[in-house]
Formats: sequence, C-alpha cells, structure tokens
Amino acid sequence: MAVPHYTPDVFRTFDWLWSQMDEALRAVGAPASLRASRGFPALNVGATDDAIELVAFAPGVDPATLEVSVDRGLLTIAGERRSALAELPEGAAVHAGERPSGKFRRAVELPRDADADRIEAKYADGTLRVTVRRKESAKPRVIAVQ
Amino acid sequence: MATENPVALRGDASSQENAAPIVPLVDIIEDTSGITLIADMPGVSKDRLDIKVQADRLFIEGEARVDVPAELKVFHTEVDRPRYRRTFTLSPELDSAAIDANLKDGVLTLRIPRSQAAQPRRIEVQVG
Repeated sequence: MAVPHYTPDVFRTFDWLWSQMDEALRAVGAPASLRASRGFPALNVGATDDAIELVAFAPGVDPATLEVSVDRGLLTIAGERRSALAELPEGAAVHAGERPSGKFRRAVELPRDADADRIEAKYADGTLRVTVRRKESAKPRVIAVQ
Repeated sequence: MATENPVALRGDASSQENAAPIVPLVDIIEDTSGITLIADMPGVSKDRLDIKVQADRLFIEGEARVDVPAELKVFHTEVDRPRYRRTFTLSPELDSAAIDANLKDGVLTLRIPRSQAAQPRRIEVQVG
C-alpha cells in the first residue's frame, strides 16, 4: 500500500464548517448527546486525480433516511439515527447509553473543480462512501505547441 | 483501480498495527431475561468480526475496511485506526454459551440470556 502524502495545498481548498453544523443541530433540537459528540458521523476525506472521496462512519442508519446533497459547492450529509433506548420493555434497565442518536448533519465545502453532477454515494457495513468527480476541464492537459 | 484499504491511511502500516484499537461505543440494556449489548463498529464486515468468551470475560474485536482507490491521498482523518476492541465482564447468572450475535450496517447486537436457573419465576398463588 502506498503511503499517502499530506498535501497542504489540497487541504486549503477545504473549509470545515463545524460551527455551521453545530448550529444546524441546535436548530432541529437534536439531543444534547449528539451535540456533544458533534463529529457524528466521523469523516475521512481524501482525493485522487479524478475525484474527491469522503467516507462517513455512520453505523446503524437506515439508508432510506440518508441524504447527500450539494448546493453551491457545499456537500451535506444528513440523516437520522434511531435510539436503541427509545422503546424499552417494562422493567428494563439501561447500563450504558453511549451511542449517539437523533438527526445529524455534516457539511463539507468542495474544491472548485468538483463536478456537482457526478456524485455517487454507497452505504455498506455502516460506512457511507461519497465520490465526487472532478471536472474534466480541471484535469491536467497537454497543450500542443504550434 | 479500486482496492480494499484499511481505514487508517495516515502513517505507515507498522504504526497502525501498534496503535491502540478504537473502543466502540455501546448501549447496554438489561431486562428480566438477559442483557442486550449494542456496539457501533462501522466498516466491519461479518468475516472481520471476532467475538470470544474466556472465563467471565467477553471480548469483541473487529477490523474496519473501506473500499477506496489505491492511489487515494488522505488529508482529513477522524477515524485513524482500523481496529475496534472492547472487553466486558459477564456476571455469573448470564449464560455465555447461549449468546446470539447479529451484525447489520456496522452495528453489532449481542443478546446474552440469563441462565435458566437465574430467570425470575412467577409463583402462582392458589386460592384455597
């Protein structure tokens, strides 16, 4: 496996909107537990020459409630995770309740060469992989010299 | 070219091996017939999941893998280790031989029943 490079130039094209996400959670009245762990779902982001790749670690989410959208260069992953502690049988006792639940939303600003029309999302084993293709015009080209 | 890479892509492989595993978040619910343990293990498939009982200890372990291109350069990492591990102590009234495990969408659900002798019994009161 190739050791990935840390590329500061690419990193600068991303702007992580933590505060915006936190505000969005507050607006929908998400439970305090989720607000506290505001990194749900956790995100890893990388890039190839052809695409930007995001992996969101969102276990136990009904894929039908997962929403991936792009608006003016801002990619948003939203959904809802049901609490396992919401409907308990009578006499049940909760010994640990660590798993976050409720509505979630995370937003990532895409680099300028991202193609909003060519985005694929796939949910498997509790991870959501989003692939955003780069625009053809942004790829390096060889210009013939006259 | 797509390939299966471990989730942790920062640093070299040897440092990943040595890094402490992620402690999965859990919900634990006890009812009259046993315990339900739910653990978040995103990226873990059935064949990379290991559940063991040794004496009164329950071990859950898993390795996360995500399908990403081989030439991917990673520059933002919130999940930086590919392994999960957590250990629990089972109380003696639980029947560790009868544990039922289910893995769906990266969530492991274990049902650990109480042994028959430890089940609460209802005594019918006869009216004489």
